[in-house]
Amino acid sequence: MSPLLVLVMLFGGLGLVFAGMPLVVSRIFAPRKPSASKLETYECGTQTVGDPWSRFGVQYYVYALLFVLFDVEIIFLFPWAVVYRQFGVMALVEMGVFLGILTVGLVYAWGTGTLEWD
Amino acid sequence: MGSVAAFVPPLALPYISVFISVLAILMIAPVIMMYLTWLERKVIARIQDRIGPNRVGPFGLLQPIADGIKMVLKEDIIPAEADKVLHTIAPVVVVALSMTLFAIIPFGRNMAAADMNIGILFFMAVSSVEVIPVFVAGWASRNKFSMIGAMRAVAQVVSYEVPLAISLVTVVMAVGSLSLTKIVEAQSGWGGMHWHIFTPWGLLAFILFFITGTAEVNRTPFDTLEAESEVVAGFHTEYSGMKFALFQMAEFLSAFAICGMAVSLFLGGWNGPFLPSWIWFFAKTYTLFLVMIWLRGTFPRLRIDQLMNFAWKFLIPMTLVNIVAAALCLAVTPVISWPIATVLLIGAWMFFSTRELSTGGSIPSPSLVTDRG
Repeated sequence: MSPLLVLVMLFGGLGLVFAGMPLVVSRIFAPRKPSASKLETYECGTQTVGDPWSRFGVQYYVYALLFVLFDVEIIFLFPWAVVYRQFGVMALVEMGVFLGILTVGLVYAWGTGTLEWD
Repeated sequence: MGSVAAFVPPLALPYISVFISVLAILMIAPVIMMYLTWLERKVIARIQDRIGPNRVGPFGLLQPIADGIKMVLKEDIIPAEADKVLHTIAPVVVVALSMTLFAIIPFGRNMAAADMNIGILFFMAVSSVEVIPVFVAGWASRNKFSMIGAMRAVAQVVSYEVPLAISLVTVVMAVGSLSLTKIVEAQSGWGGMHWHIFTPWGLLAFILFFITGTAEVNRTPFDTLEAESEVVAGFHTEYSGMKFALFQMAEFLSAFAICGMAVSLFLGGWNGPFLPSWIWFFAKTYTLFLVMIWLRGTFPRLRIDQLMNFAWKFLIPMTLVNIVAAALCLAVTPVISWPIATVLLIGAWMFFSTRELSTGGSIPSPSLVTDRG
C-alpha cells in the first residue's frame, strides 16, 4: 500500500476518532433526561403535520441533473488543462468546441426557464 | 528522523512519517479552529460597533475553551422519531472530511502532509463528498424544516461546485500540474510578481474561487440554510450540544481549508522573503479569513433563489469565459493577449452582471413604509 493511500485512510480514520471523542466525553458527562416534550420533533411550537419522509419538489432534481452534466464537463476539462501548454491554441479550439456545445445547453436551460427556482 | 530510523525497520519508515504528519495536523486543526471562532467573534463585534467576548481570560482568549466545555456538557437530544444512528454519524463524518482536506494544503516549504500529484482533484472530491453527511443530517432528523434545509444545502453546494472547479482549471492550465506543491513552487521568484493573482485571468479566477468557496462552506452571505433566523436552523435544527458544535467545527475547518487553497493557488502559497515559509502561509491565510469575516459582517444574506441564480447565471458563464481568456493569455505572448483578455473579461462581467438574476416578488415601495401618520 502506498504511503499516500495510508495517509488518506489514516486521516479518515483518525479524523473520525478525533471527532467522535467529544461525543463519547459528552455521553459520559452530559445529563440525559428525556421527557416527552423534549423528544418531539420541532415545528415552531405546534403539533407536527404530515411526515417529512414523503414527497418533495422536483426543482432539486433539475439542479442535480444539471450539476451532473457540468461535472462531466469538468472531468474532461482537468486533463486537458494539465496538458494545455504543450499543445497551444489548437487545443483551445478543440476544447472551445466542447465547451461551446455545453454552453448551448446552459443557454437553453436558462432561456426555457429551467433555472428558475419555483 | 535519523535517530528514530536506527530503531525502526526501513520498510515502515514512510508509514511512520505519514502517521506523524497526520497526527500533527489533527492536533493543530482543532486549535486553529478554536481561535478562528474567537477571531470571528471579535472582528464581527467590532464591525457591529461592540467589543465581543472579553470576560473569559484576557481579551476573551479562553472563550473558545469555555464554549467547548459548555458544548460537551449539554444534553444530547435526539427526537423520538429520528434515525438515531444516522443522526449521530453525520456530524462526525463531516468533521472527519473537513480535516482530510488539510492533507494536501502546503503549510510551508516541504510541509504538505501529502504531496499528491492529483492534489486538486482530491480537494474537489473531498469537498464534494462533504455534502452527503449534511443531507444525511437533515434526513435523519425527520423534521420538515431540516429536510428543506438539507435539500437546499445540497442544491446550493452542488450548484457552486461547478464554478469552483472551473475556476481552478485556469490555474492548472498555467502550471500544467494538479499538484498543489508544484503550483506553489511555480509562483516563486520575481519578487512575488509570478503570483497567479497578478494576471487578468488569475485575478478573476481568485475572485470567483473565493466567492464560490464562501458559498461552498455555507458562510454568509450564503448561509440561508443554517442561519438561526432562516428555515428555523436548516439541517441542524434537531441537533444540540456537541453534535451541533461538530457542525460548526466542520464549517470553520472547511472555511480555513478554502482560504488555504486560495492562498496556495493564487497568492503564492508559502512564498515570501526573509521569514520562514509557514509564517507567510498562515499570514496570508488568516488575512483571507479576515476578508471572509468582513464579508459576513457586511453583506445581508442572499435568498435561496438569488443564490442559485447567482451561481448558474453569473458565476458559471464567467468561469467559462475565464477559461477562454486564460487559454488565450497562455498561448499568445502577454503583450498582445493581456489587453485582449482584460477587455474580454470586463465585457463578460458587464454583460452577465446585468442579466435578470432574481425573479422573486415585488419589493414594497418606500412610500408605503414611511407612513408617519
